[in-house]
Amino acid sequence: MILEALIAVTFVSALLVLLAPNEWAGRLAFALSLLPFAGSLYLWSGFDGSGNALTGGDIAFRTQIEWLEVGGRTVSWFVGLDGISLPLLVLTTFLVPLAILSAWTPIDSRQSQFYGLMLFMEANLIGVFTALDFFLWFVFWEAVLVPMYFLIGVWGGPRRKYAAIKFFVYTNAASLLMFLGFMSLVFGLGDSASSFALPEITQALAAGELDTWFGISPGRLSMVAFLAMFLGFAVKVPIVPVHTWLPDAHVEAPTPASVLLAGVLLKMGTYALLRFNFTMLPDQASALAVPIAAIAVISVIYGAMLALAQKDLKRIVAYSSVSSMGYVILGLVVFTEYGVGGATFQMVAHGLISGLMFMAVGVMYNATHTRMVGDMAGMADRMPVTVGILVAGAFGYMGLPLMAGFAGEFFIFVGSLSAPALPYAPVFTALAMFGIVIVAGYLLSAMQSTLFGPFRLETDYEVGPAPFHDVAPLAALLVAIVVLGVAPDIFFEMIRDAALPVVEGVTVDG
Amino acid sequence: MVNVLPPVTALLPVLLLGVTGLALLLVDTVSPDARSNTSMAVVSALGALASLAATVWFVVSGTGSVDTGGAITLFADAIEVDTMALFFTAIFASVTSLVVVAAHDYFHDHANPAAFYSLLMFAATGMALLAVANSLAVVFVALEMVSLPSYVLVAFLKQNRGSVEAGLKYFLVGALSSAIFLFGISLVYAATGSLLFGDVAEAVGSIDSLAGVTGIGIVMIVGGVAFKTASVPFHFWAPEAYEGAPAPASAFLSSASKAAGFVVAFQLFTEAFPVGASLAADINWVFAFGILAAVTMTLGNFAAAVQEEVKRMLAYSSIGHAGYALIGVAALSQDGGANGAVMGAAMAHLLVYGFMNTGAFLFVAMAERWGVGRTFEDYAGLARRAPVASTAMAVFMFSLAGLPPFAGFFSKYFLFMGAIDNGFLWLAGVGAVNSVVSLYYYSRVVKALFLDDPATPSALDALDVRPTALYAAVVFAAVATVLLLPGFGPVIETAQAAASALF
Repeated sequence: MILEALIAVTFVSALLVLLAPNEWAGRLAFALSLLPFAGSLYLWSGFDGSGNALTGGDIAFRTQIEWLEVGGRTVSWFVGLDGISLPLLVLTTFLVPLAILSAWTPIDSRQSQFYGLMLFMEANLIGVFTALDFFLWFVFWEAVLVPMYFLIGVWGGPRRKYAAIKFFVYTNAASLLMFLGFMSLVFGLGDSASSFALPEITQALAAGELDTWFGISPGRLSMVAFLAMFLGFAVKVPIVPVHTWLPDAHVEAPTPASVLLAGVLLKMGTYALLRFNFTMLPDQASALAVPIAAIAVISVIYGAMLALAQKDLKRIVAYSSVSSMGYVILGLVVFTEYGVGGATFQMVAHGLISGLMFMAVGVMYNATHTRMVGDMAGMADRMPVTVGILVAGAFGYMGLPLMAGFAGEFFIFVGSLSAPALPYAPVFTALAMFGIVIVAGYLLSAMQSTLFGPFRLETDYEVGPAPFHDVAPLAALLVAIVVLGVAPDIFFEMIRDAALPVVEGVTVDG
Repeated sequence: MVNVLPPVTALLPVLLLGVTGLALLLVDTVSPDARSNTSMAVVSALGALASLAATVWFVVSGTGSVDTGGAITLFADAIEVDTMALFFTAIFASVTSLVVVAAHDYFHDHANPAAFYSLLMFAATGMALLAVANSLAVVFVALEMVSLPSYVLVAFLKQNRGSVEAGLKYFLVGALSSAIFLFGISLVYAATGSLLFGDVAEAVGSIDSLAGVTGIGIVMIVGGVAFKTASVPFHFWAPEAYEGAPAPASAFLSSASKAAGFVVAFQLFTEAFPVGASLAADINWVFAFGILAAVTMTLGNFAAAVQEEVKRMLAYSSIGHAGYALIGVAALSQDGGANGAVMGAAMAHLLVYGFMNTGAFLFVAMAERWGVGRTFEDYAGLARRAPVASTAMAVFMFSLAGLPPFAGFFSKYFLFMGAIDNGFLWLAGVGAVNSVVSLYYYSRVVKALFLDDPATPSALDALDVRPTALYAAVVFAAVATVLLLPGFGPVIETAQAAASALF
């Protein structure tokens, strides 16, 4: 019952904060958000799952209660954790308190609603990563969108309405497509699946129980379902060319919302891809390996090139997320232990690093009220600690060894170089590696011009060091990044354990 | 329980509504000085709630259900109380109680609101009677009993040109469709020789040469149903009537009155004209309903997308939802295993719709009470001064669009799923496309409330008025819309069991 308690506590916290007066809503929200974090650490310490939850592994903290029945299939409250979902759960509950801290300075109106929505979103995010019933999962999945829509639309920058609506429309249309894709699988399974539980559906699919439905043969049905779900999740990830909502949403969103958007919401897409497309339909995935790897590499290179062309620091970080997510897709599609495991590890690593980058840019913006590369120079003079952490984070992004980003990318490349399921694997890997060079290029050049050299900023007020509650979350993130980089096994071991069954599910020709 | 109490007690929910209406009328006539807006509203609300309580009690105890010996018939089989009738009575009673509570604030300075409450109760009585009708004659009388008070309710603001014009338009279309409906009944009677549903159904199977007459009669009856449910081709009164009427009356008509039309359709087309016998006699009303459903939802949703006034948008959206609910009769097949499932899903959708749509119209009532204006622009920034009510409205909008965290998602999903299970993939497809369109115009309201800035800083001063009862009704409807998601299990099970009992 501990997972239920975690979700319930977060929901109740959200309500409490909504009712609290604006003056101390931020402090209350921070204190309350430590509860789910403590809870997830407790879950981590007591984690006893093994294998992949979907392919029949031991699910930790499992609860399954029947909710209702539709057309002979039961919908249930079914939650649990495995080695893939636990790291993402810990990431979520770790990032939210830090994001709330980073909101203390910039959010100066309707605070109780802002922090209430943040916690409400956290509750649903926890739900997304723990739900193992399709309907339950889908309810949480969609419920994440509503608070994010308001966070961007109410507290965002000048073009916030446009960004919020674009975000909402893109992701909702994508959800519908994915929903239809999954439903066609359920209908195709007919009576051989008696519930919407993801493990049961996965295992029925693996056993080849898919039937002809409305005259569509099983092979074609699963391919159509794969494509519909892939497209639906691709928007969320996002993958080029359906990424255009992301820069707008990121640039307009307030810093704390950006942190969660990049840190956790993008991972919903890759997590769902892994769970649905690559675990449920591995044969379709490996049949489409070359085109998927191609768009993954295109995402890496194109995202990096776009970042190279930006002047707005937040836009640079936003586009570099597109690039990083390309690595994750590449890791997934190669279907090796290190590839899939590394992709999952990279989700966590990127969540921490991009969270740090957005937060650091936000702290600088609080002081300077600009994010344009040309507007400022020599920030290191005035905000040494913030800038120091930002530089360290940027090196993490570039894949400096002993930081989490290096570990994730290294695993992915190790996995993808020797991928039997992917033809021309070394070529794809080499091209993707080239992306790192571009990343280094744009990050170094942006930092060079804004952070170093003599101080210059067109303002009439004094710029000084950031307050403690702005810097503390940055430091916490940096510590986490280094710890994960030095000892990736604290997560990677369980991830690999859960990823192995996925890899074994695919049949390799020749 | 059936054995303990006389069967007529099964009509308790209907009687409670009727008696409340009569009591209100009595006080209003005999002692006009004793009446006050508050006491009238309280009495009507209590009457409606008592009826709701009785209905829920009957459903839970299984009155008229298959498990306890089947439907209870009264008055020489002219009345039949079954679970479906009780289910719909629960919808009518819930909507009525929400509307009277809201009307208390809406008519706070009206000279004579007592008439509104009694008319409302009589219309609700007619609806409940429609639900238990088992004879075409009772259906017609009850239908008139719903319609006549409804015309007056629409034209209730007699100083307001829009209200009067809407009432007249509604009356003219209503009179015409009543005539058509009645003519249809007479043709069916001529061909089958009976007015009782059961006898008609038996005769439909063996009419041979009179199939043509019956067919025309059924088409005319479909026309009457289309009028009551505001479906194509008799939908054009709805936008005018809903827009011109006082908002609580719009809420009542678009939720309860529409559901009343559907209970007629569901009972008639299972008990009087069963799908198997009708198809055997070459009367393919399933196809006719399929076309009507597809056209109705498409027209309603696309017309709603181009409206500038919120109330008019809601009116068209309510036409769109009539199209969804029509799937409940349009997706039936001769030996479809999911007949009960799809009709039950339509019933559950109407229940959820009863809360979310009533709530949405009551929010409009609140806006009218504040006097902020009617268009999307006029709603800009309301959330700043009225965050609770605006959040409730956002819940209604997202739920009407069928977004997952709310009950509207489940009811719509079950409906489409039932249609697919019964082999009507195309209907579910049209419905899904329409749902996507609807998200556009529903989210416009949310955008206006939360994201847009008010036109002038003083535009929100009107919101200092806090109509408590209206607030309570809106918030209650929102809570019900949210709670029906986790609590959807019993609702859908009851509905599908009730519908399956008719096949």
